[in-house]
Amino acid sequence: MPETPAKLTVHDLACARGERTLFTGLDFELNVGQLLLVRGGNGRGKTSLLRLLCGLSSPLDGEVRWRGDPIRRTRDVYHREMTYVGHVNGVKDDLTPLENLRMAAAIADRPLDEAHALETLKRMGLERCLDLPARVLSFGQRRRVALSGLVVAGALLWILDEPLTGLDVHGVALVETLLCQHVAQGGMVVMTTHQPLALDGVDIVPLMVGELSAAPGGQ
Amino acid sequence: MTALATHYDPTRENDSFSPLRFLWTVIRRDMLLAARRRGDWLTSQFFFVMVVSMFPLGIGPEPEVLRMVGPGVVWVAALLASLLSLPRLFAEDYRDGSLEQMLLSPEPTVLVTLGKALAHWCIYGIPLLLITPLLGVQFSLPAEAIGVLVISLLIGTPILSLLGSIGAALTLGLRGGGVLLTLLILPLYVPALIFGAGAVDGALSGIGYSAHLSLLAAFLVLTLMVAPWVAASALKVSIE
Amino acid sequence: MSIAWFKYSSPATFYGLAGKLVPWFGWSAGILTLIGLYIAFFLAPTDFQQGEAYRVIFIHVPAAWMSMFIYMVMAFWSAIGLAWNTRLSFMMSRALAPTGALFAFLSLWTGAFWGKPMWGAWWVWDARLTSALILFFLYVGIMALWAAIDDRRRGDKAGALLILVGAINVPIIYFSVKWWNTLHQGASISMTKAPSMASLMLWGMLVMAIAAWFYSIAVALYRVRGIILERERQTEWVKKLLEARS
Repeated sequence: MPETPAKLTVHDLACARGERTLFTGLDFELNVGQLLLVRGGNGRGKTSLLRLLCGLSSPLDGEVRWRGDPIRRTRDVYHREMTYVGHVNGVKDDLTPLENLRMAAAIADRPLDEAHALETLKRMGLERCLDLPARVLSFGQRRRVALSGLVVAGALLWILDEPLTGLDVHGVALVETLLCQHVAQGGMVVMTTHQPLALDGVDIVPLMVGELSAAPGGQ
Repeated sequence: MTALATHYDPTRENDSFSPLRFLWTVIRRDMLLAARRRGDWLTSQFFFVMVVSMFPLGIGPEPEVLRMVGPGVVWVAALLASLLSLPRLFAEDYRDGSLEQMLLSPEPTVLVTLGKALAHWCIYGIPLLLITPLLGVQFSLPAEAIGVLVISLLIGTPILSLLGSIGAALTLGLRGGGVLLTLLILPLYVPALIFGAGAVDGALSGIGYSAHLSLLAAFLVLTLMVAPWVAASALKVSIE
Repeated sequence: MSIAWFKYSSPATFYGLAGKLVPWFGWSAGILTLIGLYIAFFLAPTDFQQGEAYRVIFIHVPAAWMSMFIYMVMAFWSAIGLAWNTRLSFMMSRALAPTGALFAFLSLWTGAFWGKPMWGAWWVWDARLTSALILFFLYVGIMALWAAIDDRRRGDKAGALLILVGAINVPIIYFSVKWWNTLHQGASISMTKAPSMASLMLWGMLVMAIAAWFYSIAVALYRVRGIILERERQTEWVKKLLEARS
């Protein structure tokens, strides 16, 4: 383990999309065992913030730090310890759920425990789809495949963009359980959602995005 | 701590084979996906054969003339076939989100672009080499010239895949990306075309072809050193 | 003496500076062009080999030089922009591209005019002409890429990467075309080694070349002012400027 404790720090972050400044001067800190719930209306920059936190895009100003170091400089350490599930699932249509997990693990350079992966897929309610290519699965089922990958990866930090979209009631309950367990185990979560969440006993850090620019520039 | 951090394994940090292993993972992944979807890449092979076969119909069947234009025609068709298949290099993965996951890998992005370009070459370039002798016979090229043509394509087609990966990364997700890609990349292909088709001409006219092939190989080495890095930066710019 | 370079790297100050410089360069370019054309058409002697038709080189050669030089300048700005993420460098390379393309086109056009009396054909696959053609293609590709990308930041960086790849490739293209040309033994009458060029011709060419330089600078600065205004229209200083004008 690295010496410095796991901590995600955001310092004076600013983000622009095209001509429009989405937010400026964003500061927060996320520690082990906490869940950062990002809120804000459509188009206020929730997804942009999450992509900045992943290092997929670079901020207009300020920086994101992991364990005290800017993520630009310690990219490999950071990416080993985080997993991102975005709007699109990153699930390949031509592969079966298990093959998808295998591929994702190989790409993320993580060892895969096949038995654990299979068990997770079953737990996520995909037992009857194991032999099917993801092409024939429904959107919600593909979402479940992506979330299984998240569990199997076992990363410390989860960054989830609307993980509940497309999921049925059981799916939502499953995700709630996963989040509670992960945080209880000393994990960290950054997520956005428009749906109410039942997360009992979870240390939730709320964050409102896009408040600063009440009258966004440009029309 | 808990089971969460177990993936952080210091022994893997100093694993000097890990870049190679990752490169192989990327290549294998793209080849597996291509194998699941044969129709996609077979189209560019048939395109190649058809374009080459159209020329005699336009020029006339005189063996002398065909022999003269043959090498150039095969090479130009190879350029076009590569451009036809290149827009898909990143587009599919971009659409389903797996490209983001690849950029989030702890391994450097340059290995992603290099691996995908090499996989593209295996999928599109190698079959091309296998078809080429037949097309050479169509253009009544002598055996030696066909051999040189195949060797020139063997050295040249990786250049097309590598340079093309830059264009594919730059035009990712743009409207009219395919045509734009052609516009951007075709001028950059010029040296490969000249050295490649020139080698065959050299073999036909008896001037010799080794100088051409050496220059082509030098261009390949240079492309191999530069293109994956540029493509990786372009990919980051495009996905931002 | 310390010049406040960084002061001028801010778009707001540069806008003013460029505004002052444009007329100077513009007028000098105009005057020099007139002088150059006077030398070219009235003072320079008739070439004993090529007759009167050679006079097109007074436009052709400076245009060809300029098209290559502007590409190099664009590559320079692109490298700076990518390395330090300076806004102004990307704007400069955007402002230069149309002028570069114009000169590349002009050199092709005049090359054809020169080729007709000399080679008896409008177009010959000569190494220089072919390279100029490919340079023109590169310019077109870069401008097409900019046009296709709506997002400004992405467009700037993508264009810069393409320009740099082209800059590495242009010498190789030139070399390969030249090599190809010698092997095919095409008609290649050397353009620059015009036999014992009269000093007056040389002067004419030099004046025209400087005029082309000044013209390019003036037009690029003029264009960059437009780009600055468009990109900075959210900022206070542009709003003030526009208010003062109306």
